[in-house]
Amino acid sequence: MSTKHLALPLAASLATALTLAGAHAHAQSATMEKCYGISLAGENDCAAGPGTTCAGTSTVDYQGNAWTLVATGTCTEIELPEMADGTARVGSLDEIDRDLPPA
Amino acid sequence: MQPEPSHAALQARFHAALWQPDPPRGLAAVAQDELAQRFAVYRNNVQHSLTRALAARFPVVEQIVGAAFFTAMARVFIAASPPADPVMLRWGGVLPAFLDGFPPAAQLPYLGDVARLEYARGRACHAADAPSVAPEALNVPGLEDLRLRLHPSVHLFASPHPAVQIWQAHQPGSTRAPLRAGPNHAVIARAPDFAVVVEPVDAASFAVLSMLSKGATLGHAASQADPTPALTLLLRYGLISDALTGDIQ
Repeated sequence: MSTKHLALPLAASLATALTLAGAHAHAQSATMEKCYGISLAGENDCAAGPGTTCAGTSTVDYQGNAWTLVATGTCTEIELPEMADGTARVGSLDEIDRDLPPA
Repeated sequence: MQPEPSHAALQARFHAALWQPDPPRGLAAVAQDELAQRFAVYRNNVQHSLTRALAARFPVVEQIVGAAFFTAMARVFIAASPPADPVMLRWGGVLPAFLDGFPPAAQLPYLGDVARLEYARGRACHAADAPSVAPEALNVPGLEDLRLRLHPSVHLFASPHPAVQIWQAHQPGSTRAPLRAGPNHAVIARAPDFAVVVEPVDAASFAVLSMLSKGATLGHAASQADPTPALTLLLRYGLISDALTGDIQ
């Protein structure tokens, strides 16, 4: 059987799969979201830095590329100590460029 | 006087003695004859916390054999395979093989595979992050030449025993359904909302998923069996990280 003969059933199969998956789509949790830059060293849920793809691997307090799950809408309101230069430190829904461990 | 080396040496002896019957040299107690008994508190705390950590990781195994059996089994396992690094989520990977060869559990031949399923759930929970492609990414011409990169949390689970049904029967709120004998297959993965899913699949869909996970084209995988259930499952839980034409590097 050549792949030519498969093309049609495969397209039909995908269409069915898209419909079925869409109908039961696993909704993104509405109650928790990732908040970057708020975890104490070693207490992050997961980190995105090179070679540190997992929980408990952040090495710096408030590491900007490590996150913790928090209640939706609270990420930027979590109170954090200000930075060494006196500027405010806030959590972020995206990875941020501060408090990274030395390369 | 050099306190540092002697402190380090005492710590090392202390640690070693946690795994041996006698207390370490160099300890003092108010009443010296109580020393062994007092040191046993530390030893018991280590045993107890490791046993509970193991039970937290393998709750269905504990339900199946009961708390008393589990505690006794854990003592043997902990002595043979104590944690090798401080990251506890990596501990317990050899428990399934240990259970396969543990004579008191010999009449439960599926127990090791239930443990494998539970360990795979933990690995899926802590797997690396990866994006999910939008479903439309698959809606392209040349569909049969598409290769999918599955999410890093995806684990394809297979057992010659009804291990998936047994695991499901021990979940909160599950109703007792009669067990069907024979092999079980499932996809274990982490959905975008961080829920760990265990989705049973039949042998045909398992074959399709196995081929896709090894980098086969959709057309090639579809020559094994109808790919609809496999694609539905992958799309429903956002388990496709990339869809590429040509060879995956």
